[in-house]
Amino acid sequence: MIKTDILIIGAGPTGLFAVFEAGLLQLKCHLIDALPQPGGQCSEIYPKKPIYDIPGFPEVLAGELVDNLMEQIKPFQPGFTLGERAEKIEKLDDDTFLVTTNKGTQHNAPIVAIAGGLGSFEPRKPQLENLAKFEDKGVAYMIKEPEVYRDKKVVIAGGGDSALDWSIFLAELASEVTLVHRRNEFRGALDSVEKVQQLKNQGKINLITPAEVIDLQGQDHLQKVIVRKTDNSEEIDLEVDYFIPLFGLSPKLGPIADWGLEIEKNAIKVDNTLDYQTNIPGIYAIGDVNTYPGKLKLILCGFHEATLMCQSAYQRIYPDKKYVMKYTTVGGVTGFDGSKKEAPKAVVKSIE
Amino acid sequence: MSDIKIKITDRDGVQHEIDAPTDMNMNLMEVVRSYELAPEGTIGICGGMAMCASCQCYVKSDHQLPEKSDDEEAMLAEAFFVEDNSRLGCQLHITPELEGLEVELAPEEA
Repeated sequence: MIKTDILIIGAGPTGLFAVFEAGLLQLKCHLIDALPQPGGQCSEIYPKKPIYDIPGFPEVLAGELVDNLMEQIKPFQPGFTLGERAEKIEKLDDDTFLVTTNKGTQHNAPIVAIAGGLGSFEPRKPQLENLAKFEDKGVAYMIKEPEVYRDKKVVIAGGGDSALDWSIFLAELASEVTLVHRRNEFRGALDSVEKVQQLKNQGKINLITPAEVIDLQGQDHLQKVIVRKTDNSEEIDLEVDYFIPLFGLSPKLGPIADWGLEIEKNAIKVDNTLDYQTNIPGIYAIGDVNTYPGKLKLILCGFHEATLMCQSAYQRIYPDKKYVMKYTTVGGVTGFDGSKKEAPKAVVKSIE
Repeated sequence: MSDIKIKITDRDGVQHEIDAPTDMNMNLMEVVRSYELAPEGTIGICGGMAMCASCQCYVKSDHQLPEKSDDEEAMLAEAFFVEDNSRLGCQLHITPELEGLEVELAPEEA
């Protein structure tokens, strides 16, 4: 079991900066994120987009901002549980929380700070009647173990990079790869588009465009995918073992919505007059995931909320300790790794 | 201040005739949000970067609209419920030329 002072759910900019503010108070943090890398939306959706409203940065790429935050919090040695989604929360007898992920990893902390942004990113699913029935029985939304597809017949749907890349990869492994896309044009790295063209010419990828998958059939396991050409309505039956729709990711609030927290407008209600605590004492919500009168979903607001949350968390963990906020310019930054950053000392020395 | 009239049919099929400002650097998605014609969190999720399709709408009137950018094309190629008259609201800036525009919000993705 992972034990920490503040368990942060969501490793976006707000969650990352909370590690820094907590560290100044000598509180340790651990972060859980459903994505395989830290940074949240900044890394997943728009790493190459510039942001212009981070105070002190006239312009910074979202990906660079994340790199900077990671560098800034390094001395405080945060722990990460990545690629797992926080699923369940329980309050223990000692007033601490036990948070379990979808993969069963357990985390224990007196404070939980939800910095979940828009929620966890989940695969976008096409609207097909039998889709749920065949999940894990021929339908997969991501490719975890490519070996599963060796010598199998696979249909991939989608027109972006992941659809292209996996078609290329599986062309060598699977016995048959069919790529279905609603348009004739593909949007992806030029290399990938050209490679798919090449594999199509060699007969290693069966390309059906413009077309859509309209039905899935099978007894227990998926056996057949029905594809309809959108230009002439011709229907094509494909005997298959696997269907992999790759339509990108979309954020969902997910299991957090069932934690007994007060929800309004798809966000968690918090006390903005004090410390961004939710209706459950000890659970805070900061950044885009929360709401209160006048809420703005801005990174800079998330930073502020994270800072106040940490002060309140400190008081909750150490109710008897007296503490005053100290400027980093005065106190420097002392990391848990023994590192110390501080302003250079002035010297008193006569000049001769 | 200069406003134009726009007719927006929400996801429940109710039509709203609203005033949209042309001088506030707003796009159609933001107008829909400002009038709360779709619940917060179900529209404009990516904030207007053409990176989700939560603001997809069908253009019902025959206005001359600006061409789709590559980003918008790419998103609409991936989105669900796409029709020939689909556009992303966040990519349609409110200009005087859009006076009388009629749109219908596309269904929310499950």
